[in-house]
Amino acid sequence: MQRIGVFVCWCGSNIAATVDVKAVSEALLKEPGVVFSTDYQYMCSQAGQNMIIEAVKEHNLTGIVVCSCSPRMHEATFRKTAKSAGLNPYMVEIANIREQCSWVHKDIQTGTEKAIILGKAAVAKVNLNAPLTPGETPVTKRALVIGGGIAGIQTALDIAEAGFKVDIVEKQPTIGGKMAQLDKTFPTLDCAACILTPKMVDVAQNDKIRIFSYSEVEGVSGFVGNYDVKIRRKARYVKEDICTGCGACVDKCPMKKVPNEFNLGMDNRHAIYIPFAQAVPKVATIDPNTCNMLKNGKCGVCAKVCTAGAIDYKQKDTIIEEKYGAIVVATGFNPISMEKFDEFAYNQSKDVITSLEFERLTNAAGPTQGKLLRPSDNVHPHTIVFVQCVGSRCSACAEKGKEYCSKICCMYTAKHAMLVRDKYPDTEVYVFYIDVRTPGKAFDEFQRRAVEEYGVKYIKGMVGKVSPEGNKLKVQASDLLNNKQIHIDADLVVLAAAIEPDKSARPLATMLTASMDTNDFFTEAHPKLRPVESPTAGVFLSGACQGPKDIPETVSQASAAAVKVVGLLAKNKLTGNPCIASSNELMCNGCSSCERVCPYGAITYVDKEFRMPDRTTKVRRVAQVNAAVCQGCGACTVACPSGAMDLRGFTSAQIMAEVDAICK
Amino acid sequence: MQQITRDLLIEKASAFLEKENNSCVIGWRKGEFDYDITPYVFDNKEDLEKYFVWNDFCGANVSKYLINKTQKYDKTLVFLKPCDTYSFNQLLTEHRFSRDKVYAIGIPCEGMANVNKVKAIAGEGIEKIEFLPEGLKVTNLYGDEPAVIAYTDVLAERCLNCKSKAHVAYDELIGEDGSVISSNRFDEVERLEKMTPDERFAFWQKELSKCIRCNACRDVCPACSCEKCVFDNPASGVENKAPASSMEEKMFHIIRAFHVAGRCTDCGECSRVCPQGIPLHLLNRKFIKDINEFYGEYQAGAVEGSRAPLVDYTEGDIEPYEIFDRGDK
Repeated sequence: MQRIGVFVCWCGSNIAATVDVKAVSEALLKEPGVVFSTDYQYMCSQAGQNMIIEAVKEHNLTGIVVCSCSPRMHEATFRKTAKSAGLNPYMVEIANIREQCSWVHKDIQTGTEKAIILGKAAVAKVNLNAPLTPGETPVTKRALVIGGGIAGIQTALDIAEAGFKVDIVEKQPTIGGKMAQLDKTFPTLDCAACILTPKMVDVAQNDKIRIFSYSEVEGVSGFVGNYDVKIRRKARYVKEDICTGCGACVDKCPMKKVPNEFNLGMDNRHAIYIPFAQAVPKVATIDPNTCNMLKNGKCGVCAKVCTAGAIDYKQKDTIIEEKYGAIVVATGFNPISMEKFDEFAYNQSKDVITSLEFERLTNAAGPTQGKLLRPSDNVHPHTIVFVQCVGSRCSACAEKGKEYCSKICCMYTAKHAMLVRDKYPDTEVYVFYIDVRTPGKAFDEFQRRAVEEYGVKYIKGMVGKVSPEGNKLKVQASDLLNNKQIHIDADLVVLAAAIEPDKSARPLATMLTASMDTNDFFTEAHPKLRPVESPTAGVFLSGACQGPKDIPETVSQASAAAVKVVGLLAKNKLTGNPCIASSNELMCNGCSSCERVCPYGAITYVDKEFRMPDRTTKVRRVAQVNAAVCQGCGACTVACPSGAMDLRGFTSAQIMAEVDAICK
Repeated sequence: MQQITRDLLIEKASAFLEKENNSCVIGWRKGEFDYDITPYVFDNKEDLEKYFVWNDFCGANVSKYLINKTQKYDKTLVFLKPCDTYSFNQLLTEHRFSRDKVYAIGIPCEGMANVNKVKAIAGEGIEKIEFLPEGLKVTNLYGDEPAVIAYTDVLAERCLNCKSKAHVAYDELIGEDGSVISSNRFDEVERLEKMTPDERFAFWQKELSKCIRCNACRDVCPACSCEKCVFDNPASGVENKAPASSMEEKMFHIIRAFHVAGRCTDCGECSRVCPQGIPLHLLNRKFIKDINEFYGEYQAGAVEGSRAPLVDYTEGDIEPYEIFDRGDK
């Protein structure tokens, strides 16, 4: 029989205001096994913890129940307390009477009643607790960064700087991501390429960093410190180690009419291509969907002109397997599709463009060499209308668009408007907005400069309709401050499209068992206190995959994620979780159900000899759990048809005892 | 009437016993009456000659016996009807016996008779049943004119709704193989689904309250082959537990239905052996129908080693809210 001590925390008034803590303490003293019960203002404080340690010694306690906040908050604290009192840390149970009780109840009577029930359940469980000892696992000292945009680049550089090896997996032929497509960057207006490309070169030259470009993560198994990752290296039909990036093949390629993704389809590229001049690695890639040689075997010009002999039409996708200790997700974002926004005539007129397209249009390396020309007729536009919040901040019931604020649009729209007025003062620039949101260092000043110095016309209100008429775009909008309808004949309309996580994020989250929110942004372990870690141990978040972010914020988070990775890789051994599954071989049928549901591949089978009651022996197939690999998720215990699988620390008997205590 | 003869099977079985050392044959033997035929393990030719039968009352699915018999004998011959081969495959998928210890002979089946239907037509006191091409000739104790009953009039429910005449596993096949049939086996489930929750509860209350907890359904079920059944395990806390309420009375069958969910091959043995005539197969068929609707067509046992939807994860899996939204249809 256990000797259990119950410690009820007030959490200041957080708990005590809606739960009668004295009554809880008194009620739980009557529960089987409980020999001591008390309450205190802050159980987690040093004084509170000392109280527990003294009580353990004085009353010879074998188990502890702390009625306090969520175990996510302080379970680790109280386990340490138990340890210093000489108890096994796994003899502690937390009854969450704050988040799941005092915070959700307004009435002290119902709050107290529920707190007692939760306490009873925890006592019932501790009565069946057994001391557990964790095992240790080694750490693979290499990190994987998924995504080679500015987030991934910064994370990789910082990890490498600390002396650890890093691999970057990038699905495009080059690293650089969205930042490589931008023209200038707010609020200082330095050129994106000028500040990004040196970092890309640093990555290429760093001997601790390997770049797997034109590659995708295909499968992930293992666990924190010991991930096994399958990476598909897509065939680029060019030998990466031989190609010098001279570009002779690109010049001679007869297939010239392929929409250029890097310029968002506003000009064309060849079937063999290097996305942009500063690409890293600077290696040509053949697009198999448009290359005549690959499609029907007729051409082969690039192979003839390549003096290095780098072209290989027979190249196949290869899958490499690598081991990593930590994984950083840096999959970034994309603007949402404008397909559903018919009111802005995006599909009807070439002169309605997105802001990212506008970036390419003003970029010196873009389709117009940086001259601001209308896509339809290459004429300089004199009236430009910018529309903010296209698809952002939509109501929850809207069929299109996103509920959240995309965060970066106010600033880049101010930037675009300012740049246009700076280069082409003869241009009228209107910006339609719901609110202008510019918190951030030197951000608000920047936007005000656009209005005050550059004379950009900011109008509060939304554009209702854009209709192409002749070579003009008729813009109908409302001016909310003056309460009137406005009609503008525009030459160019620029839509600040909402941003959303890259489509590759969801399947990746599944592979990593990392959680996502309803918008497919990765969820952080704690929104305030652990913003760069995923709740899945060993998986870290960098950049816009976690939520909309501008470049300064992305870089901060990227470096923060790198520090977390370094903290993990610096350890030689990780202490495992002793709450893992084990199979009762006498009951196991060896049916393989558990193996099929195990996400970690922790279960294997052996043929074992059993003595039968009639003194004969019988060989049976039984499941065995690899303690180093099991993460204690419990999927196997549910799938097991014969009840042979059980989870230490959360046995079926313990959970049933909790349920019984609650239902009694 | 069954196409192939008893003699042909005995011939195959005898040759097998002669050829293989420490071997046995799992088949059917005659009982006290012509209709109470039971599974039997033959390990000598004399028994085969004396007891072996093959006729329209050999409904028993003998695949489950392989679990124990392959432990005892080096080689086992088993006769499998098409529906039995699904259970055979499912047991293999669950690694319940080793395939190389078994020689499986697939035999064609014309559908099995339900003795209760025969009795309902011919009356009690059946003394002798003969298998004529036109039907069953039933003679009774009382010297009445023997009745001839068409085979189709006494087919078991599972045979009326036969899902497959194709053997999905065998080493040797007698006769020509049939094909998978699109049956109406879910019609009755649909009828129950259309009831209001109250009506459906009343239906199951009425049926399950007949249960005498004889455990026949569990004992015969090929999917119920745990080393230690929860209902026999003192550590489980539910061993031989008498129902304390009318709800607990139902728990045995509901737990069992969940237990075999995704693994049930719909062989129908549970309903065949139930002495109280409870249509237990309907619980399992509801699961099969739901799995088909949620995850796409899946029949346990159809393919050996297949990953059942309930123990597999694919990105296309139905989301919990979709099931919730569907409600209690």
